[in-house]
Amino acid sequence: MSDIVIVPTGTANIASVAAAFRRLGVEPTESTRSDEIERAAGVVVPGVGAFAAAMDRVDSTRLRVALTERINEGRATLVVCVGMQLLCAASEESPGIAGLGVIDDRVERFDSEERVPQLGWNRVEPPRNSRFLEPGWAYFANSYRLRQAPDGWAAATTGYGGEFVSALERDDVLACQFHPELSGAWGARVLGRWMATTKETA
Amino acid sequence: MTLASRVIPCLDIRDGRVVKGVRFQSLRDAGDPVECAALYQDQGADEIVLLDVSATPEGRGNALETVRRVRATLSIPLTVGGGVRSADDAASLLGAGADKIGVNTAAVRRPALIEEIAERFGSQCAVLAVDAAATGSGGWEVVVESGHTRTGIDVGQWCRKATARGAGEILLTSWDRDGTRDGYDLDLVAAVSGAVTVPVIASGGANNAGHLLEALRAGASAVLVASILHDGDTTVGHLKKALTQGGVVVRP
Repeated sequence: MSDIVIVPTGTANIASVAAAFRRLGVEPTESTRSDEIERAAGVVVPGVGAFAAAMDRVDSTRLRVALTERINEGRATLVVCVGMQLLCAASEESPGIAGLGVIDDRVERFDSEERVPQLGWNRVEPPRNSRFLEPGWAYFANSYRLRQAPDGWAAATTGYGGEFVSALERDDVLACQFHPELSGAWGARVLGRWMATTKETA
Repeated sequence: MTLASRVIPCLDIRDGRVVKGVRFQSLRDAGDPVECAALYQDQGADEIVLLDVSATPEGRGNALETVRRVRATLSIPLTVGGGVRSADDAASLLGAGADKIGVNTAAVRRPALIEEIAERFGSQCAVLAVDAAATGSGGWEVVVESGHTRTGIDVGQWCRKATARGAGEILLTSWDRDGTRDGYDLDLVAAVSGAVTVPVIASGGANNAGHLLEALRAGASAVLVASILHDGDTTVGHLKKALTQGGVVVRP
């Protein structure tokens, strides 16, 4: 059984994420308890809002260790938007705030010749042999992004004022800068493929 | 590659039904919001905007329920506006399934509302809805309370001020063109797109794909359409096809 636990990061649009899973036939639960995060077949860290606020929520609920371990062990984990940025060591948005540091890099604001935030649909080019992604259009809502693919991760790329990292995969971990829950039928297929990995590990 | 230009159907909601009027008046029934939203999503809509135009508290309660019902079927972004007065109002709508929150009259009365929403939920969540009326001297002023009150506030200045406070997108409606099918106010679109660095959604007056194309060329990142879809004169698919033929990048 694939129980999916959504970690409420305080500001995220949990309702949209939960609705997307319900359309796939799964009723997700919400939890900030580290034992439940450890045990769940699949964990989703959605994210909208500021890096500092989301990281504060992770730390105040003492989830830093549980989330870091899950991701490092490659267990089914989906992190979305600011959730993906939390994997990094830091963000230009919130100087001095430590991210999870799973990725040893810093997210930076888009170059100013583009309209910021990036709001809308953009092309995603998946990595070779992607387990989760196909080429297609995804919905983005972000002002900050990761520029370089980190070592050890397969990276999808998208162009907006230059190329940036629009998704990362490693084992059963999928990090999306875009919102799969808002990316129509294409996004539903991404969620479906990720959900399939939660069954394998349960 | 580049970001696709968006085509966004707008549903004005009153007491749980879609309504449409001319210059915000003479509202007539245009269907069930869930059916309309699902239809437009299937046609290729890039987002849906729901504007609650209910006049009563009961109507507002219905709006939350409408958002929940629409969210259940909608797998594209949903912006909800109308009567949002506080960050807690925004939280309720987000909890029901909205992704972005439109603020209008209350933000004009109390601009700090924009900061409160942007700080709590992020700039990408804070949409400034502006209703703009031509002043007769070449400019535009902000009108509020569904067009009943002219404020004398310059539209461009208000948009700049609001983005400085954290608004991440401008939903720019020409009060003069709303529901008229005379085409978007292109001078207004160009003026505001040039005044801010956030995306601008052009609204008010669309009658055909040519109008959409003009607004996107004038600087809009997205175009709002309502009457022509509700009346069944065209579909989102037809509009996007015409935009593609006009050289605009849209999500297929």
